[in-house]
Amino acid sequence: MTSVLYDVPGPRARRRSLIASILTGVGLAAGLAWVIATLAGEGLFDYERWDIFQDPLVWEGLLVRGLLTTLQVAALASVLAILVGSVFAVLRLSSLALVRIPVTIVLEFFRGMPVLLMMFFILILFATSQYWAVVLGLALYNGAIIGEALRSGIVALPKGQREAGLALGLTPLKARLLIEFPQAFRAMAPIVVAQLVVLLKDSSLGYIVGLQELVREQRLQAEFFGFSQYGFSFFVITLGLFLTVNLTLSWFARRLAARTPGGRASRRAARRAIGESADTTVIRTAGDGRA
Amino acid sequence: MQFLIESGDVLLEGFLATLRMLALTVLFALPLGVVLAGMRISPVPSLRWVATGFTELLRNTPLTLVFFLLVFVIPRLGPIIPFPVSAIIALTLYTAPFYAEAIRSGVNSVPVGQAEAARSVGLTFSQTAVHVIIPQAVRSVIPPLINVTIALTKNTSVAGGFFVFELFASSKRLANSYADETIAIFLAIAACYLLVTIPLGRIADRLEKKVAVMR
Repeated sequence: MTSVLYDVPGPRARRRSLIASILTGVGLAAGLAWVIATLAGEGLFDYERWDIFQDPLVWEGLLVRGLLTTLQVAALASVLAILVGSVFAVLRLSSLALVRIPVTIVLEFFRGMPVLLMMFFILILFATSQYWAVVLGLALYNGAIIGEALRSGIVALPKGQREAGLALGLTPLKARLLIEFPQAFRAMAPIVVAQLVVLLKDSSLGYIVGLQELVREQRLQAEFFGFSQYGFSFFVITLGLFLTVNLTLSWFARRLAARTPGGRASRRAARRAIGESADTTVIRTAGDGRA
Repeated sequence: MQFLIESGDVLLEGFLATLRMLALTVLFALPLGVVLAGMRISPVPSLRWVATGFTELLRNTPLTLVFFLLVFVIPRLGPIIPFPVSAIIALTLYTAPFYAEAIRSGVNSVPVGQAEAARSVGLTFSQTAVHVIIPQAVRSVIPPLINVTIALTKNTSVAGGFFVFELFASSKRLANSYADETIAIFLAIAACYLLVTIPLGRIADRLEKKVAVMR
């Protein structure tokens, strides 16, 4: 492995790095052992802290009321966010200043504030249910971000695409929708999916506005059975559930990026536009910048 | 408008609390991010694995859950931490991997030829790093670092849901006391966040363009 910082290591460097590896390995193992011993000392791995997970009703609560609500909210918000994003992208590129300027302002407004604030005020301004407050908050916020990504995807296309469309007699809007948008969307698909991972993570903010999703559900159950006894166990299970779902989605996004070679450069530009890794799981493929 | 003057104090207090939290988190998360990035680009495999594991773990965990761990779970296990401190720890743990990732991709964006050229004219490792790589890496690292900071600014609002008084919490308090002024409160609070995020975004954009011209 050649890196900017060092050459391919020779025998001495390899030996040194092996020693360093062993040292960190030992240090890490010692640290982990200490953590586990401390937790075990608190009795966290005792049977009576985990026994309730034999009860199918506990799992039904966690999976059906908790995880399923989380996934439902995220799925609904994803669809809406992609729709909102597409509309934003096209409107923001409008040649009419009357459309472009207000849309730009609205986009900046949505992108610049916390999703949580948006959810909370949708909840009290429109007196919706918590469910819809979370869905709409996520849809608007992520729609603004996806819109920005799609817009830079459109901007990054070769000029000839649009010109060819116009030369064929398409109206500017038709050229945008039929020629440019589909190409931009395909090139940006990995970024959109990465943003959907963020959306899924953010759906847990529903906990704060009072939606009964996974985090709240596990808390309610932990409190029902006794938080000091089961709080830790429920937390571990919940973390496991979130990691499973998110890592699967991230893996899917990475695969999608690998299979969409077109538009690597424009994707890089778009990542910049939406603030790469601002909160996005960065997706990298072989040729996509040396990782 | 009367209420805005009356509630100005709450708003200002919340805004300052948010800024303080932001500053403290950056203060802790950035060095931790530098260490993590250093581990991820080091030639020692085990350091790379540890840092990668930590990064993947935290980037796939919702911030809400990190807060939950620090505010509810850990205090039950022993150490009692004041809420504002747990908030800063949670935000630091969550943000550091993002900083690390920004730094790592910045260093990796320096073309390998630069280092090879430096080595072939006889510069040592530290000379290569100090005079050739770092000056180039810093330029491409700063805009993404700013973007992470923007995301952090928005993420501080989660602390408001976990017993910490800041801008989001102050919006809840105001919305309770002035139920018929909700829109004005919303706009005022949003404006406070935008006051931080938009200028930061502008700076990042401008730096981005500067770097782009130079490469």
